[in-house]
Amino acid sequence: MQPFAYARPATLSEAISLLAEHGSGASLLAGGTDLVVALRNRTLTPKVVIDLKRVAELRPGIRGDGGAITINATTVLADVGEDQRVQARFPALVDAAATVGSIQIRNRATLTGNICHASPAADTAPPLLVYGAVVNVAGARGTRRVNLEEFFIGPGTTSLQSGELVTSIELPAAEERLGAAFARITRRRGVDLATVSVCCLVAASGRTTFAYGAAAPRPFIVRDESGVLADPATGDAAKDEVLKQLLTRASPISDVRGSRDYRAAMLLVLSRRLLHTSIERLRAA
Amino acid sequence: MAVKVPIHLTVNGSEMDVELAANMTLLDFLRDRLRLTGTKECCDLGECGACTVLVDGRSVNSCLALAVEADTSAITTIEGLARDGRLNVLQDAFLAAGAVQCGFCIPGHVMAAQHLLTKNPHPTMAEIREGLSGNLCRCGGYVQICEAVRAASAPR
Repeated sequence: MQPFAYARPATLSEAISLLAEHGSGASLLAGGTDLVVALRNRTLTPKVVIDLKRVAELRPGIRGDGGAITINATTVLADVGEDQRVQARFPALVDAAATVGSIQIRNRATLTGNICHASPAADTAPPLLVYGAVVNVAGARGTRRVNLEEFFIGPGTTSLQSGELVTSIELPAAEERLGAAFARITRRRGVDLATVSVCCLVAASGRTTFAYGAAAPRPFIVRDESGVLADPATGDAAKDEVLKQLLTRASPISDVRGSRDYRAAMLLVLSRRLLHTSIERLRAA
Repeated sequence: MAVKVPIHLTVNGSEMDVELAANMTLLDFLRDRLRLTGTKECCDLGECGACTVLVDGRSVNSCLALAVEADTSAITTIEGLARDGRLNVLQDAFLAAGAVQCGFCIPGHVMAAQHLLTKNPHPTMAEIREGLSGNLCRCGGYVQICEAVRAASAPR
């Protein structure tokens, strides 16, 4: 690791000033499970590392008012998965959070970091997308809200501007009954990145949403507003037609985890299974 | 924002003040500065769990943490489990079950199991396997390792 200075701001305004002062020479540190690997590999060589864990406004915490939930930036994945409100209202996020890395990683890595790293395979991205997550951003020019759908630009790239950071992630209250499920394919059970990941959400109105990870340069969301997928009268062949149409946006690559064709095939298989599970969960809801 | 950062922390019950370079990992601090070499360095990527220690009671890969992040924290390493020269229940269970082959992964496994049993004193075998899924054993001695954790968690 190359030498760098270490800053531990106590307030958000202090953190934003540091970020403005150092620009691209600064790296933000929360859980560090991605950052420290990049520092060691020297894929990142910052002049200063800004540790956000002491920033009062970003301290770990989950607030739930009404049906909505706000998850502060330094909240670790283990705490997201164990929160009873998240379990009750956003179970697919719990399923996904429980697959990230290992227990040791989840005790350290943050939900916000998982999103800001902007890996196409980020496990929590598909559930956050189907639940309509909103990212709260702060910078020298003030605060703004970004729909997660518009947050991911490409591998490793978000819509954060220079000098901005994420303060929290919001999950809006459900307006109707929902059934949702998440699954991914990996080569081994633990400590692996997703070969593909899928999250499905079926609403009582019949609206069906899918979000896909490791299937394109960024996680993406697609919707079936027709109600065909959620309709118990629709046959398997007709459902497959709709799923294949939704999956035309997928452009998986071939790499060490799987070939393009394998990924495409598994996207369809997981979509079928998760549609089934989501409908069952909606019935039970 | 000096490159050397003063921190205050507790390691295995001993409080200390140290000045550290920001680019030193918690693992290197424990092994190279404190000579607590029970914590092992292996993949340096957070994939094998050999460097697992407890930070404020939670299992963490010490290779993925900067030492300066541990300011004000309490760290427990494998050396911190014994009391008055006696191994703790979990360590004894590893010996009794013959869970140690080459031994390299064992400190990490024990620390991960320690965290598991603190959160869930009587885990099922499935929960034990899940609880240890962040730790690799290249000897492949998982059956005995899981059996040791089950024995340590049995009501007595």
